[in-house]
Order: sequence, then structure tokens, then C-alpha cells
Amino acid sequence: MSSALIPYIDEPHPVTGVTNSKLGVWLFLASEVMLFGALFSSYIILRVGAVTWPHGSAILNVPLATLNTMVLITSSVTMVMSWASLKMNKFGKFRFYLGSTIFLAFVFLVVKAFEYGAKFEHHHFPSTDNFYGLYFTLTGLHGLHILGGIVVNLYLLFPGSKLWKTNPEQFAGRVECAGLYWHFVDLVWIFLFPVLYLL
Amino acid sequence: MSQNHNHPTEHHELNWIQKYVFSVDHKVIGIQYALTGLTFLFFGFCLMMLMRWQLAFPGEPLPLIGKLFSDTTMPGGVMLPEFYNSLGAMHGTIMVFLGVVPLAVGGFGNYLVPLQIGAADMAFPKLNAASYWSYFMGGVIMLISFFVPGGPANSGWTSYPPLSDIASTGQTVWLLGMVFLITSSLLGSVNFIVTIVQMRAKGLSFFRMPFFVWAQFVTSFLLLLAFPPLEAAAVLQLMDRVAGTSFFLPSGLVVSGNPLTIAGGGNPVLWQHLFWFLAHPEVYVLILPAIGIVTEIIVNNTRKPLYGYKTLVYSVLFLGFMSFVVWAHHMFMTGMGTTMSSFFQATTMIISIPSVVILTCLIITLWGASIRFTLPMHFALAFLPMFAIGGLTGLPLGLTTSDIHLHDTYYVIGHFHYVVAPGTLFALFAGIYHWYPKATGRMMNTLLGKLHFWISFLAINGIFMPMFIQGIAGVSRRLHTPTMYAHAQAVQGTNVFMSCSAWILGLAQLLFIVNFFMSLKNGKKTNDNPWNGTTLEWSTPTPPPHGNFTKPPIVYRGPYEYSVPGHATDFIPQVQPN
Amino acid sequence: MSHDAADIQKHIKTYIGVFIALACLTALTVAISYLHLPTKEAILVALFVATIKSSLVAAYFMHLISEKKLILYVLVLTAVFFVVLMALPALTDGGSFRLPYVP
Repeated sequence: MSSALIPYIDEPHPVTGVTNSKLGVWLFLASEVMLFGALFSSYIILRVGAVTWPHGSAILNVPLATLNTMVLITSSVTMVMSWASLKMNKFGKFRFYLGSTIFLAFVFLVVKAFEYGAKFEHHHFPSTDNFYGLYFTLTGLHGLHILGGIVVNLYLLFPGSKLWKTNPEQFAGRVECAGLYWHFVDLVWIFLFPVLYLL
Repeated sequence: MSQNHNHPTEHHELNWIQKYVFSVDHKVIGIQYALTGLTFLFFGFCLMMLMRWQLAFPGEPLPLIGKLFSDTTMPGGVMLPEFYNSLGAMHGTIMVFLGVVPLAVGGFGNYLVPLQIGAADMAFPKLNAASYWSYFMGGVIMLISFFVPGGPANSGWTSYPPLSDIASTGQTVWLLGMVFLITSSLLGSVNFIVTIVQMRAKGLSFFRMPFFVWAQFVTSFLLLLAFPPLEAAAVLQLMDRVAGTSFFLPSGLVVSGNPLTIAGGGNPVLWQHLFWFLAHPEVYVLILPAIGIVTEIIVNNTRKPLYGYKTLVYSVLFLGFMSFVVWAHHMFMTGMGTTMSSFFQATTMIISIPSVVILTCLIITLWGASIRFTLPMHFALAFLPMFAIGGLTGLPLGLTTSDIHLHDTYYVIGHFHYVVAPGTLFALFAGIYHWYPKATGRMMNTLLGKLHFWISFLAINGIFMPMFIQGIAGVSRRLHTPTMYAHAQAVQGTNVFMSCSAWILGLAQLLFIVNFFMSLKNGKKTNDNPWNGTTLEWSTPTPPPHGNFTKPPIVYRGPYEYSVPGHATDFIPQVQPN
Repeated sequence: MSHDAADIQKHIKTYIGVFIALACLTALTVAISYLHLPTKEAILVALFVATIKSSLVAAYFMHLISEKKLILYVLVLTAVFFVVLMALPALTDGGSFRLPYVP
């Protein structure tokens, strides 16, 4: 369609130093901080008000979650490497790294599914008590965010990558924005892991 | 030099669906938001008119249309308490989330912000369309809730647990609807902030922006950062209702004699914290665009510069910040403890200061002016004392001691309606009368408009002023049958007066509706700048074409250069070089 | 933030370094948890380590360290409200809710 002239799509604004998308993603991440913040706040209130509260390690599988933490951190590295590869004009490497990120994200979800399954088998559900309720809700919402990231990254790896041929700057910008989102998902887990599993 | 790399070379004609239904043009989207919002406002108003029958004549069958209702809502035309509660909850929800905010932010904001900053569109046009359709879906879901077994949500627009946790299916539908509405707001707020920060025209520094844009800017930050906690709360309540968790359900809860089989250990006050963390900034979302609109119209019709522009900007920034730390003044009666109550009382008192400063600047702007009493100016001027009453009646509520007596009474309802109804809604009407000629090239009919104004002004005060009397007399809100209490029976006469005022107010809106549609075809044709305004929207063609400006505008001066000494005309448009 | 190939090579070195730091900090935080410190200390240490890890991710993976101040202002503002949301509800006595009468 005949689109209106929108500036700063693939070149940063001279004063702010960012493209529209980058600013947009950071603002979105700010809202996500408040979303998970509200859930952490709920955790604090429910735990402080509880008569008893189990230690995370007594209920949850710490070694497995530590592995998952490393999986996610590694996926963050591969994500930023995929952007760096684009910046160095190495499209093949970009595909490798982005593909690895997606793969590692799937691994994370599979491990999570295994964890959930083990809990359900022992008849532990969100309704069992507030510890379980918060565990399933927080990791569940986080998992949905991982799923969202997978979808975005799959798009960028496959149909979306066509943009590299016509507008490499804009495509690299999109990968960078997807990276910002992905790192944020990693960030949430960096807090979620100790809060749920180690305290 | 910054460039866009869109491909404007293809100019194939868009079909009707692309141009008017799934458009990505901010003006079309703005009008979509406005029309949908106005429709919901009217629907929400009808819900209230039903409630007012029950309040004025409790237990009496509703004449004429009473038999149209089902036996689960109004058997024999007599309103059941459950239905009254549903009407109340949905009236509030629809007016706030489906009516006022979409009109004020989605409608006025979308239409005017890109124009007033000299941009061709919003930063993310497709996201803009997604925001609108997400809002539309949310609205459809809310309407569907009227048809589920058990009816729509009936636990207040505030959805307090434990009641909302155990309420019928309609509450779950409400929560799903809210998820769509919150998503719409979040996407929209990102769009507004990026647009305002990145896409101002050459020469339009932040302190040359019209105050309306500042107001929308702060509003967008409120939406961005305050809505997510409600989203989180909605997720938690959905878990309680659907997955059997007890986030908000305390141990030992008994319903109708039967103890609930839940794990317990939950905290109903947690919901209140999360809800009000949003809902307090939300009320500033309701008022700030209105203040922005009123400012534009007052300055334009006094033909003088705005008094205290910088003061206004700093006040609105301070107000936006403070709005995040006052929320628990809605929770003074939950047993927070005196330390935290004092904290929230203090912040609430402090937040009244910027509001007063803003109002004062607007009043001083009027001083010494040769006021043009145009139709929009009627509404804009009325806004000032109405908002003042709303604000002043907030003070006894923000002070913990007096709030003990007034909390959950009609005093509260009177307070917030004064701010939103003769406050915000009047400002929105003013805005419609003011910018209608820019969008359509025609003026709305002045006689119909003035009748609309005067009847509405009198009727609206007739509805809400007696609420303060009722509140002080101790009449509780959300009360299906006021006459069941002696203290409420004593003031029952006010209910009849208020209900008649409400029905008159409803009829008066027909004048507006007729005027709105009639003027599209028969309104007096006008030029691009009928009000002789200075801001950028008045220097576009009428209606503005796709892309808004024939060439990127350059701004040479501030937004309110009226009656500049030595100048031939009494206004200098921002785009005029000398 | 334009980059040439040499610039990016330096960045990659940083990314690897941050990765190693994150791995070590993860091991550290898990190891400390086995000490079973008293609750208050455990929380402080865990959150402290998590803050360092997240700062590394934000600064280097998310390039915050080389962005102009605008993004930082938005994040600082968010952080303020985040702290408010963490602290204030917990400080109210509504933190421990008990029904007045449990049959």
C-alpha cells in the first residue's frame, strides 16, 4: 500500500541514538518489568503472610533447573552472536546461531515440560498450595514468553530473512530487537530461578 | 540524513476494506476508536438509566421495556439484585475501559498527536491497527459476557475477591476481555511514546509541543507502566477461578454455609493492591487527555498565550509520577496500619497540588481575555468548575479520618463522577465540536449544540450533586434497594430527582447524536482553519490526506502565539516563518 | 551505533567473557544455596548475585552500556516504580491476611 513516510526505521534518530523499533522494544520491556514485578510482589506478599512456606529445593529439582539456567544463558549468547554475525555480513553464521537459539529454547521448554509432568504425576497441581500455584503461574507465564520468542525467532530465521537481501540494515535491526526481547526473557529467569528454587 | 525505506512507489488503489476497515492510517484508526468509544459510552449510559429506575422506584416493574427482559434478570419487569449488580459492574467497566479511554486516548490521541507534531503517521501504523482491533475484540468479549449463564460480571468494576473468585462464568469472560483491552492499551502506549519522542517535525522541540501532546505523552507512560500489574492480577484471578488456586482466597472461607475445598492461604487485599496500582493511574488517564483538550480550546478562544506553559508541563510530569504512589488511598479501610495509611494520605494530599496548579493556570489564562463563546468553549469553560468540584470532593476521601465515614458511600460515586462526567466527558464533547470541522470540513450545528450543552449541564449536576448528600447521610454504594435502610430511606427523595435528571440527560444526548450525523451532510462548510488556530493540525488540508502534510512541515515558533504585539493578525501559526 | 568487523570482534570477546562470568555466578548462587543460610541472608545474597548477572546481560548482551541516556532514563523510571510495587504492598499490614473468624 502507499505508506506514509516514517523516518528512523533503519537509521537511528540523531538525538536519541535509537531507531523507532529499538525504542519501542525497550518501552515494551519496561512494561514487562512491571508485569513480572507484580508477580514477584504477589510472591512476597503471599510468602510473608503464609503460616509455613517450603524451601524451594525441598520441592523442586535444583540440578535440573540449574541445567536449564545454563541452557537459557547459552541461548542468550547465541542470540547476540546471531546479530553480530549479521553485522559482520556472515549470513550463514547468522542462521546457525539463530537456529541454535531456537533449539536451546526448545530444550528449555522440554525440560520444563518434564518438570511439570513429574509434578502432575505426584498429584501436585497449581491448586495444591500457593507455593505450587506461584511456581506454575510464574514459570508458566515465563514459558509462554519463551514460546513467543521462539515464534518470533522462527519468523526471522525463515520467512522474515528475505528482508536481508533488500534491506540488511532494517533486518539486522529486527534481529537486534528480537535479541533484546530474548535477553529480557533470560533476565526474568535469572531472578525466577533463585527465588523459586533456592530460597 | 534519516530516511525511511518503505516503498512508496506502489500506489495501487486500496479497496474499501483496506481503506476504512483494516486501515493503518492514524486518522481512520482514530475515528474508529472514537465511534466505537462513543457507542460504548451510550450503551454504558443505558445500563445506568436502567439502574436509576430501580434506585428511584425500588421493586417497581419497569414500564414499557420491562417485559423485554428475561426472568433471570427482571422477572415481571422487577430488577433482581444480581442483575442490578451486573449492571453496576458493567456500567463501570464499559464507561472506563470501553468508552472514555478509547475515545480520549485512542480517538483524540491517535487523530491529533501525529498532526500536532508534524508527523506523517504514528511510528508503527500496523501496530496501531492491531491496538484498535484488540480493543474491539475486548469489547465484543465484554458484550458476549451478557449472554453467558449467570450473566455478566457482577462483582463491581473493581472485581474484588473473594466474591469475584467465586462469581459466575461472566467474571471469567470479563477477565479475558480485560486481557484484550490491556494488550490494546500497551501496544498503543508504546506507539504514542515512540511517535512523540522520535517523529516531531523539524523545529518542534519538546517545549514547543502543544500541551495536548504533553498530556498524551504522560498518559501513555501511565498506561505503559501501570497496566501490567492488572494483567498479572487478572492472570492470578483466572488461575483462582479456573485452576483452583487460592491466591486471593484465605483459609477457612465459607460460602453459603459450606467451607470451600481450597488450599487457602491467599490474600484478598493482594488483589486490591494490584488492581489499584493500575486503577489509580487509570483515573489520571481519564483526566489528562481531557485537560489537554480543554487547554487547547481555552487558549484558542481567549486569543492569548497559555499562562504558565512550562509550569503546566512540569505539573503534569509531576502528577504522572505521583499517580503511581497514591493507590492505597482506595484501601484505607483494609487495615493497612497507620504508618502506611499516613504515607498514602500524604502522597494523596501532595498530588492535589499539581492539579490545582493546572486549573489555576487555565483560569488565569482567561483573565483579561476577550473570550469567544464558541460552542466548544461552552463545554471547556464548564469543565473548569466541574473538575474543581470533583477535585475538592476528593480531599475528604484522601484524608483517612473522614474517609472512614465516606468510604464506599455515594459520596465517592459523586466525587469520581464529577471528575469523569461533567469533567472528562464535557471536555471530550468540547473536543468533538472543536475538531469536527478539521476531520469533516463542516461545522456542527450551533443551536443544537448549545441546547445539548445547557440541558446536559443542568441535568448532570442534578444527578451527581445530591450524591454528596446521600453519601454524608451514609448511603452505601452498590445498594440494590436503598429503602431497606432507614438512613437511606430518609434521602430517598433525592433518588427520584437524580433518576429524572439522568433520563433527561439521556434524552439530551440525542441532540448530540442527531447533530453529529446530520452535520456530516448539512453542516456549514468551512475552511482549513475555522477557529484561527496556531497548532499544526490547522495547517493541513481538510480532511488531512494520507501522509497529512503536503511536504514535511518546519516549525518556527511555539504553540500559543496569539495576539502577538505588532502583528497584523491575532494569531501566528507554528509553521509560519515570520 | 555503527559497527565494522573489527569492532564486532571486540564485542564477541566481551560476549564470551560475560558468558563465562554468568556460568560462574550461576554455579556460585547454587553452591551458596546448599549452605542453607538463614532466610534473610539467603534472600539478600541470592538477589545480589542475580542483580549482578542481570546487569551483565543488560549492559553487554543488550548493549545498554553503549546506548545513549534516553533508554536508561526509561529504565530508571521503571525501576523506581518496580521498587514501589515490591515494597509498599508488603509494608502494609494487609501482608498477612487472616479471616477474623474461622469456624
